[in-house]
Amino acid sequence: MKKNRFGSRLFMTLIGIFLYAPIAVLIIFSFNASKSRSVWAGFTLDWYTQLFQNERILSAITTTFLVSILSALIATVVGTAAAMGFSAMKRRPRGLFLSINNIPLINADIITGVSLMLLFVFFGGALTALGFRFRLGFGTLLMAHITFNVPYVILSVMPKLRQLDPNLMEAALDLGATPWQSFWKVVLPEIWPGVFNGMLIAFTMSIDDFVISYFTAGSGVSTLAMEIYAMTRKRISPEINAVSTLMFLFVLILLIIINVRQIRQERQERNRRQQIKGSEMPVDEIVSNEIISLLGESEGE
Amino acid sequence: MNKKGLSTPYVIWMAIFVVAPLILVVVYAFTSKSGGFTFENFSGMLQYAGIFSNSFLLAIIATAICLAIGYPLSYFLAKESATIRKVAMIFIMLPMWMNFLLRTYAWMSILEDTGLFNRLLALLGLPTLHIINTNAAVVIGMVYNFLPFMILPIFSVIEKIDRSVIEAAQDLGANSVMVFKRVIFPLSLPGVLSGITMVFIPAVSTFVISKLLGGGMTWLLGDLIENQFLGNVYNPHLGSAISLVMMIIVMICMAVMNRFGEGEEGAVVL
Repeated sequence: MKKNRFGSRLFMTLIGIFLYAPIAVLIIFSFNASKSRSVWAGFTLDWYTQLFQNERILSAITTTFLVSILSALIATVVGTAAAMGFSAMKRRPRGLFLSINNIPLINADIITGVSLMLLFVFFGGALTALGFRFRLGFGTLLMAHITFNVPYVILSVMPKLRQLDPNLMEAALDLGATPWQSFWKVVLPEIWPGVFNGMLIAFTMSIDDFVISYFTAGSGVSTLAMEIYAMTRKRISPEINAVSTLMFLFVLILLIIINVRQIRQERQERNRRQQIKGSEMPVDEIVSNEIISLLGESEGE
Repeated sequence: MNKKGLSTPYVIWMAIFVVAPLILVVVYAFTSKSGGFTFENFSGMLQYAGIFSNSFLLAIIATAICLAIGYPLSYFLAKESATIRKVAMIFIMLPMWMNFLLRTYAWMSILEDTGLFNRLLALLGLPTLHIINTNAAVVIGMVYNFLPFMILPIFSVIEKIDRSVIEAAQDLGANSVMVFKRVIFPLSLPGVLSGITMVFIPAVSTFVISKLLGGGMTWLLGDLIENQFLGNVYNPHLGSAISLVMMIIVMICMAVMNRFGEGEEGAVVL
């Protein structure tokens, strides 16, 4: 039995090395004094200082954060509202809308990107013919990001709404709250964990996206991912490694925040479940699982 | 106020940004540059049969390798304690959240002819290998990038298998091979199916991995589509037709696979 454990642990360690070796290489060579990607020539921070003097990269970082924050916020508002509307619907229309909602998640990113590009080119042409100014740029980039972000918010909010006691809102209304008050004071605090997680997922999806941005941003603006792509196509510069290292740290911090939150939430929920015995949870667990696996879905490409 | 009305903005949004673009893909696929109806885009696609088969072949190989690594890994992991499981999951997800262009770029420097991998081989006195700009490099890139998508769904399904079901099987005299074959594997099938879907779809449609690690030697469907929309040939009609065909083939594959996987409780995920 013990021997068995050893074998499986060895296997897991090897996979761990496979997963982390490339990242370690990137990080180590971001401090390399020479431009070589395989020969170590001493320690330097030059690539970091160069990075922060590179205006293309700085403006790409601004664009990336701007589009990610804006699209995550808009997607959260639109998605939460939509999830509330969907959950009030009958089974059939809800099923239909949720399947359409899933399309951007299931489709290959290149298809989503290409089809949105067609939309922008097609209607852009029509608008220009009518005398409006329309070009691929920040606006189209933002629209594309909102489009692929809302589904994550909906998938994250729906289970929380399902858990919500429908009488709660009615009780608030009976006690004289306006619909807006009852949403703000009763419903939102209950579904907030789902809303917040949805927003975080949307934000990270946006930051990470390359393929859809690539097809919808036009030639004027570019995100950090697009800038990295351009760099890998042109010349080899350790600045890329410096970017990677910083991004890795950023993701690491973000992930720690998310996990600490999750652990705290779980603890709260466990306490609550102990208080109200008999409230069933399996549906919620299945759906949250679904989100975990979908998390990956569009991220790859 | 009607609660259902809350979803109206998003329903309109979906109509414009999800449904309409897909309809446009179909319309473009069946029209020529002059705007008339045509099948030309499809009949002209025969010359790309090699790229189609190469794309699907590489994606299938990458998916199979991911499954061969991901399944045992998830299985072993599920047997570990809760703390190890939690930490391992974070470690598996972490690289996934790093931009995949960077992850792929890292492999460029490792697999180069004078790269770290070959240096390591030389150090060990082994002959060096030419990997970069070959199909093998592309497959390595796919496996590396998409492996977590295979592990996560399989792991989350195996982890949830009721211990008492396994114990019941053992009590009834099943040995460990039989427990795996008759209980654990069938119960984990939904996770396997969604893992396959989540690896195969991005693998078959990638253009970045083939560009960076294939060095333009290996053309995949993604490269072909990208070239029609943003390349110098600019022909969105042909590009749409290729996208449409790819989408349909993928849909058929998934439908066949899900049919094959039915019989249990159906796929839980996706």
